[in-house]
Amino acid sequence: MLSRRIIPCLDVRDGRVVKGVRFRDHVDMGGIEDLALRYRDAGADELVFYDIGASPEGRSVDRDWVDRVARVLDIPFCVAGGIRSVEEARAVLRAGADKISINTPALERPELISELADAFGVQCVVVGIDSLREADGQWRVRTHTGRPDAMRAPGRRTLDWVAEAQRLGAGEIVLNCMGSDGVRGGYDIAQLKAVRALCAVPLVASGGAGTMAHFAEAFIDADVDAALAASVFHSGAIAIPELKQTLRGQGIKVRL
Amino acid sequence: MDVAVIDAGGANFGSVCHALQRLGARPRIVRDAEGLAGAARVLLPGVGAAGEGMRRLQAQGLVAPLRALRVPLLGICLGMQLLFEASEEGAVDGLGLLPGRVRRLAGGPGLRVPHMGWNTLDPVSASPLLDGIAAGAAAYFVHGYAAEVTEDCVAACSHGERFAALVQRGKVAGAQFHPERSAAVGARLLDNFLQWNPT
Repeated sequence: MLSRRIIPCLDVRDGRVVKGVRFRDHVDMGGIEDLALRYRDAGADELVFYDIGASPEGRSVDRDWVDRVARVLDIPFCVAGGIRSVEEARAVLRAGADKISINTPALERPELISELADAFGVQCVVVGIDSLREADGQWRVRTHTGRPDAMRAPGRRTLDWVAEAQRLGAGEIVLNCMGSDGVRGGYDIAQLKAVRALCAVPLVASGGAGTMAHFAEAFIDADVDAALAASVFHSGAIAIPELKQTLRGQGIKVRL
Repeated sequence: MDVAVIDAGGANFGSVCHALQRLGARPRIVRDAEGLAGAARVLLPGVGAAGEGMRRLQAQGLVAPLRALRVPLLGICLGMQLLFEASEEGAVDGLGLLPGRVRRLAGGPGLRVPHMGWNTLDPVSASPLLDGIAAGAAAYFVHGYAAEVTEDCVAACSHGERFAALVQRGKVAGAQFHPERSAAVGARLLDNFLQWNPT
């Protein structure tokens, strides 16, 4: 039986892993290969590396660190940030990434999803969605979320975008619920359930993990395939081996 | 050990080379029949579609040399699927080194396709390729098609239906999962393949 996945997300800047406080004041957390292997040893099922400098600086991902990670890491990893074309994606995949994740560029030009799926297969193509509940009760997407002052609301309903992204060839959806992100009050179960109902490809929950119970809720109540988190892992608030033991104790299938 | 890794157009051959290097082997990327000369082992990784994979092997002049290969061959993911007689995907003929067919995973409620993530290996017959790999060990899979369980299957996996996770017949082997991305279990499989001396 397929295991539910636990995915730490690491922010990368200038080839180092950093931790941001409200998108600013980034603190150096260490070398990217060291941290990748530390999470591998702890039992992470997959890693996501987000090149936080790429999009704001208008450049593609720095392939050098992707290559360094690929040489040492023996679990799957996904690279996000600044990938806008098949050629940029090819460079990142050739450097050794297993998947690429696109967010704002996919909303700006949805055909990019099909181009990537045709070139590399749907299994490589992850569509990240930043989503926020608005006053009328609808969830709508946000773009350019890497910098608060640059963020935009194109007005598209999240559920419509989830359906369209799949139709175009998304092999996996990462739903980042911005209303719960960074607050550690739990994943946005209502929103994840709504997306799950129309998401036939793997769905990854993102935004809000604070306790082990939050992970269990996402898996049991929202039936997500994977749960992504950053700060609870980086701060040491939750240790992955303990998390997995706890989840297993609740009947959730995990890889130990 | 000199290991030929065939570039069949997928994106994962770099990861496979890195995994072999971590085990002390000397992988080299091969794009034509001449490149196979002198190799002690051949790996056929692959990510993508079966039709495109076979067309590339044909264009590179590798179909006949792979069918006539005298050293151990390991197909990975799509590379394993190409070892069989035929695939539903693109309705193409495969290399025909193993009897059997590759079919689309049916999926269903709660069963997402592609089958993506860590799933368990269920040994079905003894094989040196499984040395040190316990029943129930987890490996990383990413695929939408799979080979049926035939008598060459040494480990199976289930995703709604049972399919072949690891196969072996003579000097030909195949892994549906990605050993290069399956942590210690994957490294052990690759090492077993490097040590393997089938007659």
